[in-house]
Amino acid sequence: MADQALFSDQAMEHMPALYTAALRMTRNPADAEDLVQETYLKAYRAFASFEQGTNLKAWLYRILTNTYINTYRAKKRRPEIADVEDVEDLYLYRHLSADQASGLGRSAEDEALDRFTDTDVKAAIESLPDAFRMAVLLADVEGFSYKEIAEITDVPIGTVMSRIHRGRKALQKALVDRGSTRGLVGATDEAR
Amino acid sequence: MGDTEAPEEPAGPVGGEAVAGFVGCDETIERLYTYLDGELTEQRRLEITRHLDLCGPCVGAYGFEAELRKVIASRCKDHVPEDLITRVAAALEEEHLRQSN
Repeated sequence: MADQALFSDQAMEHMPALYTAALRMTRNPADAEDLVQETYLKAYRAFASFEQGTNLKAWLYRILTNTYINTYRAKKRRPEIADVEDVEDLYLYRHLSADQASGLGRSAEDEALDRFTDTDVKAAIESLPDAFRMAVLLADVEGFSYKEIAEITDVPIGTVMSRIHRGRKALQKALVDRGSTRGLVGATDEAR
Repeated sequence: MGDTEAPEEPAGPVGGEAVAGFVGCDETIERLYTYLDGELTEQRRLEITRHLDLCGPCVGAYGFEAELRKVIASRCKDHVPEDLITRVAAALEEEHLRQSN
């Protein structure tokens, strides 16, 4: 039987990370909470099969991902657009650079980044199709390696790489689009 | 069908340092994500590092992408609702009791 104390000891600390991922995936707090609870229950039941010493966080993410795909995504009648458009390299950087007068130094773009709020970044991530959203979250928010992401999402490593790279570019495009409507990108900054 | 023998790879430079590994801006930018992710082979990683050491525009792009990644991670934190922690603990406790019976 699963050791409840050991499980709680090891697994509960990962809840903030799992909850963040659940929120980005389901895009609403009620579903995110249900998804996290279901993940913990399944993990608890399967804990005997977890190999001590291996990556528990990755194991929990794998359960979360599968549960999301099998339960929440299946609920949606309308299939999601499964692809992202191709976006050129350094899309955001070039847009922000274009706004700066020359000679401001390269940290000007970094400073421009600070104008994006939590809401901007979360909305941009949530605008990505499922597979890309999950890949970008696991890589950039959680810092998993390509190999770990391949195991969590159960796809070949080449697919993981392609999803992360294309997902990041699509995320930059989403940030630029959002930034232009908010006047963060595109307009000349007269105040400077 | 011929029984041609596979030609031997031409021998590399003998001794000295490896000459391969001058990469240009296009390749550097193309590999920037994999570089930042720490997923390149050691040889490739060194090639890109060498290019970044010498190329201002590429190092600017590199610095930006690294910063962007930090910004994304730091802007994506959510506070776990207290009652979710309670709910999960209660669900696990209930499951524990169910299994014990």
